[in-house]
Amino acid sequence: MPPPTHSWPLPLKCSFWAAGVFLLLFFVLPLMMVFGVSLASRGLYGGVEWIATFDNYRRLADPLIGVIFLRSLFFASMTTIACGVIGFPLAYMVARASHRWQLVLLMLVMIPFWTNFLVRTYAWILILRADGLVNGVLLRLGIQSEPLSLLFTDFAVAIGLIYGYLPFMVLPLIVAIERISPQLEEAAYDLYASMGAMFRHVVLPLSKPGFMAGGVLVFIPSLGAFITPYLLGGGQKMMIGTLIQQEFLVSRDWPFGSALSFGLMGSALMLWFLVSRTALGKDLP
Amino acid sequence: MPSTVVLQDVRKTHGQVVAVDQVSLSIRSGEFFSILGPSGSGKSTLLRLIAGLDSPDSGTIAIQQRIVNADPPHIRPVNMVFQQYALFPHMTVFENIAFGLKMRRQTEPPIRLAVEEMAALVRLDGKLQRFPAQLSGGEQQRVALARALVNRPVVLLLDEPMAALDQQLRQNMHTELKRIQHEVKATFICVTHQQDEALMLSDRIGVMVAGKLLQVGTPQEIYEQPVSSTVAKFIGLSNSLSGTITRAENGVCWMEHENFPSLVARCPSGLEPGHAMLLVRPERVHISIDQPHPEYENTLPAMVNHIAFHGNEVFYQCRLVNEAIWTVRLPIAEAQSTSLVIGQTLYLQWAAHEGFALSH
Repeated sequence: MPPPTHSWPLPLKCSFWAAGVFLLLFFVLPLMMVFGVSLASRGLYGGVEWIATFDNYRRLADPLIGVIFLRSLFFASMTTIACGVIGFPLAYMVARASHRWQLVLLMLVMIPFWTNFLVRTYAWILILRADGLVNGVLLRLGIQSEPLSLLFTDFAVAIGLIYGYLPFMVLPLIVAIERISPQLEEAAYDLYASMGAMFRHVVLPLSKPGFMAGGVLVFIPSLGAFITPYLLGGGQKMMIGTLIQQEFLVSRDWPFGSALSFGLMGSALMLWFLVSRTALGKDLP
Repeated sequence: MPSTVVLQDVRKTHGQVVAVDQVSLSIRSGEFFSILGPSGSGKSTLLRLIAGLDSPDSGTIAIQQRIVNADPPHIRPVNMVFQQYALFPHMTVFENIAFGLKMRRQTEPPIRLAVEEMAALVRLDGKLQRFPAQLSGGEQQRVALARALVNRPVVLLLDEPMAALDQQLRQNMHTELKRIQHEVKATFICVTHQQDEALMLSDRIGVMVAGKLLQVGTPQEIYEQPVSSTVAKFIGLSNSLSGTITRAENGVCWMEHENFPSLVARCPSGLEPGHAMLLVRPERVHISIDQPHPEYENTLPAMVNHIAFHGNEVFYQCRLVNEAIWTVRLPIAEAQSTSLVIGQTLYLQWAAHEGFALSH
């Protein structure tokens, strides 16, 4: 017997089509335009000349670009791992809190979103700079006699990235952990697991969907991040995001900037595919 | 017989609610003990206290003469079969069963041997590489049993083990559970709200209502000699009349009711004259149609109010003169030969030993 065919109610159909049209107009179409530009040539004065060429993509093979890409990759991976390590205990606490506390804690996770990302990044400058909060405290307590140079370092960039993308790891993790029945934890304890063993064998493996979703949400944007490296790193070390931004706004080489964007997108997709393949390979049937 | 688990004045509150109220209980080695009670009676909490998943506010819990109040669950020689089984969904059947042994750092070869032996005992051989989601409800329950029993616990705790199974499977698992207990020779403590399950499986039953342990005894004792009307009404259907005891001696009492003078019934030895309740099981009530049969001491005139056909027996609801409704159960053959109809008048009768009186 063929499965019964469902006819969607009209409002659902409408919103489906509205979403489709929206995505087409404001996502697919601009993406095609960028792709088109990436195959064009740079005009003498920074415009786009519609002469088809693969040169922009050929330029991606430049070892300098490779170094920049690897640096970005390193920061993005480190940010993702750090967000996972810091985010998991936080997410576990929120997921297992009583209903009232859960709302409060979720609120605390969400509150930073109420402020502009740029403003929050500037706040880190105030905290990290030579006469900032951290050095102030260290000097006052006499732990340090000279102010530490924290701002415009890799450390500052890492702090900024982790701070900025932590909620994107925490939220999917909360959802994943909430789905794990507390009874499974009790069963593990009943079967002689210590707390560490319980987490290692039960909660962590079952949180994998949360880590995967959170990993994508953190990794992709931090791979292309440009505000944080620019403001907190002082733009001293080029990252792929800052490079793209420069190609568009400083060098005014739109075709090469577009090719870089597509290169970034392609490699991010490929990495994601590889990681999810190896991670999901030995997962549930 | 030595006691495996001894509870002494155990009390546990959840906020304002007293879940377990001064429970003292000793469970013998090797017996199948059921804690029977309605949902919310605190019976699951009692089980969790024994497992160490909750700790009591006061009182002591001893397992094999050792007070375990301070011991975390992974130190206690007990294992639990959880209500929804709580199988680890990301592990195969083999890994689930092996979990406890692995946590106790046994080496691979003995683990494999023990798991395979246990899988054979619960008839799961051939399914060891499946994941829990690929198993039926009954198979999942066997995995939960094997996962607990493979650790050779002194006491196995079962929390509503049959709740997630359908009626047919339940019947099979009752026999299976008895067979498995017979083979592993552990003490089983089972929490259930199904009275037929408790009566069928248990060596002894503890009836728990509102956090209190009301009666402990063999299934026969609980059924035939309930200590209170609450127990009597929870275990099987009961017909009741309240009246006044005029005389009680040698376990027999005489009761007066405004509509029915001189009723005779069994009673506990300590029963004093005064207000009391008379209880008669539906299967103990006999029906006479034209005139009361002289062999029964008690007779109540009544009228058939409702007839419910149950296949192998028929339930008659009869209205007494005082508007009370009594239920009578007749085996199908007997029901067919009497062929009662709604509205028919008849006499409900029972012998003195078939009813029992309890003080209120």
